[in-house]
Amino acid sequence: MDGQALFLSLSLAAATTGLLALLGLPLAAWLAFSRARWKPLVEAVVALPLVLPPTVLGFYVLLAIGPEGPLGRLLSPWGIRLAFSFSGLLLASTLFSLPFAVQPFAAGFAAVPLRTREAAATLGAGPVQTFLRVVLPQAWPGVLTGLVLSFAHTLGEFGVVLMVGGNIPGQTRTVSIAIFDHVQALEYGAAARTAAFLLAVSFLVLLLTYGLRRKEAPWRLF
Amino acid sequence: MAPFLTADVAQSYPTGPSVEVRMELPGEGVTVLFGPSGSGKTTVLRVLAGLERPGRGRIQFDGVPWVDTAAGIFVPPHRRPVGLLFQDFALFPHLTVAGNLAFGLRDLTPAERRRRVGECAAWVGLAGLEERLPAHLSGGQQQRLALGRALVRRPRLLLLDEPLSALDGPAREELRRDLGRLLKDAGIPALLVTHDRDEALALGDRLLLMAGGRIRQEGSPAEVFSRPGDAELARVLGVGTVVKVRVLGPEHGLLRVRAGRAELLAPDPGGLGSEAYACIRGEGVALERAEPEGAATRNRLPARVAALERMDGLVRVHLECGFPLEALLSAWSCEDLALRPGDEVLALVKATAVHLVPAKEG
Repeated sequence: MDGQALFLSLSLAAATTGLLALLGLPLAAWLAFSRARWKPLVEAVVALPLVLPPTVLGFYVLLAIGPEGPLGRLLSPWGIRLAFSFSGLLLASTLFSLPFAVQPFAAGFAAVPLRTREAAATLGAGPVQTFLRVVLPQAWPGVLTGLVLSFAHTLGEFGVVLMVGGNIPGQTRTVSIAIFDHVQALEYGAAARTAAFLLAVSFLVLLLTYGLRRKEAPWRLF
Repeated sequence: MAPFLTADVAQSYPTGPSVEVRMELPGEGVTVLFGPSGSGKTTVLRVLAGLERPGRGRIQFDGVPWVDTAAGIFVPPHRRPVGLLFQDFALFPHLTVAGNLAFGLRDLTPAERRRRVGECAAWVGLAGLEERLPAHLSGGQQQRLALGRALVRRPRLLLLDEPLSALDGPAREELRRDLGRLLKDAGIPALLVTHDRDEALALGDRLLLMAGGRIRQEGSPAEVFSRPGDAELARVLGVGTVVKVRVLGPEHGLLRVRAGRAELLAPDPGGLGSEAYACIRGEGVALERAEPEGAATRNRLPARVAALERMDGLVRVHLECGFPLEALLSAWSCEDLALRPGDEVLALVKATAVHLVPAKEG
């Protein structure tokens, strides 16, 4: 089996999920609660990866982070090269999984009763306190769903990785790329083993999520 | 006493009528904001709490400006020392009773916080239930938890939005008594929004009558209910007679009370002190020229007709019988009796038509 590729895929999925939690939670909170007039604009941009072919998104990211791209030029004085590197891959998959994280987050936040947020305000909690102590605890099923979907989605990504990362073993050669390589080389046995493993991991992650989300008698972790 | 809070605010809505309110609250006691649904009561409460920004106006609280739209001042809700009891209680479903009570006490040390939570739980009758989630409390317990949560921070003003409307059944009167006791104990000024007459009479020291987005009349609850400013307000108040009475004692399973110079018998609702309000609907009062034969009506009051007020098919008869009493007759029976102002008649009031409401003590 492709231990190295598997490890790389899991690392990428974990890092992407972490980054999406950091960026996606505030963004989703803004989307859920803001009454700004240009909110639909942001909503549309966030949802774009759902409809764009991965190759299109990958193409633009590649242009941006290439040596002549705006991001590439900005970072090159510090010796940072994003194209065909793990960091570039991380950037691309974060963008690509954005709707998978932000939409469940925002739906979870929007379902929190307005009254409980108002009650928190009358009890002296400012917006940040209210978010941390009232909104997040009530919206955790949505947050969990968003995190799991981003993880699983990143694990299975192919097109964006191929465009942005190429196929460098240990750096950008993820599981899905490895499986593709095996099939190209007619190594069906190796492809089948890796594919089965990926299927099992994805299924287990989703099963665990839905089990924890059960309203009646949720499974306990401990 | 100088007003503690003054508000002069206006709020308009794209749909529905605008709210334009000028009011003053004293630094003590319970002020009732009474009005039909849709009159703008809840908007006033939300504007005072800071949950809604008024279109224009000012709010001054004990010398501190909370809102001044002209000067661009707006103090957000979490910086106002206000407790708000929501109509649906708005408890935090993910926190226990203790967690709900402790929510607003973050600035205290853990030991002090625990002490205050324990004290408050006992005060609102929830001792021993500290680890329960709100979903596992009865309606009355939820209401008391919400009240405790609002008061445990020791706010300087308490706002209550229809505090009893989410509760029903026979326990409601008892819960109203509990609420009255807790409000008295708490000793902070309160503004209570309601459209329930009994609640207004039992809990209010003062009453502001709101209709169509404006405050139309103010005074003691009994005053406003018995002397509405005009016909529209009388309709809003929806009452016949409201009179303060002294409870004399039980008699044949009824209660004898003294109203002005007259006495009445009424069913005992329980829990009355020495004073109460008697509410008598106009339909429950019949008029006779002479003592009727064999009538079983308990309350027979010699009365003088003060005025007649004709409305389509009905006549509202204002009587003086030791206290002002109102009767609602059909125009037909009014003609049969040939009533004229100044006539002497006999007012027959069925005991069951007299509804006693506890009066606020002191």
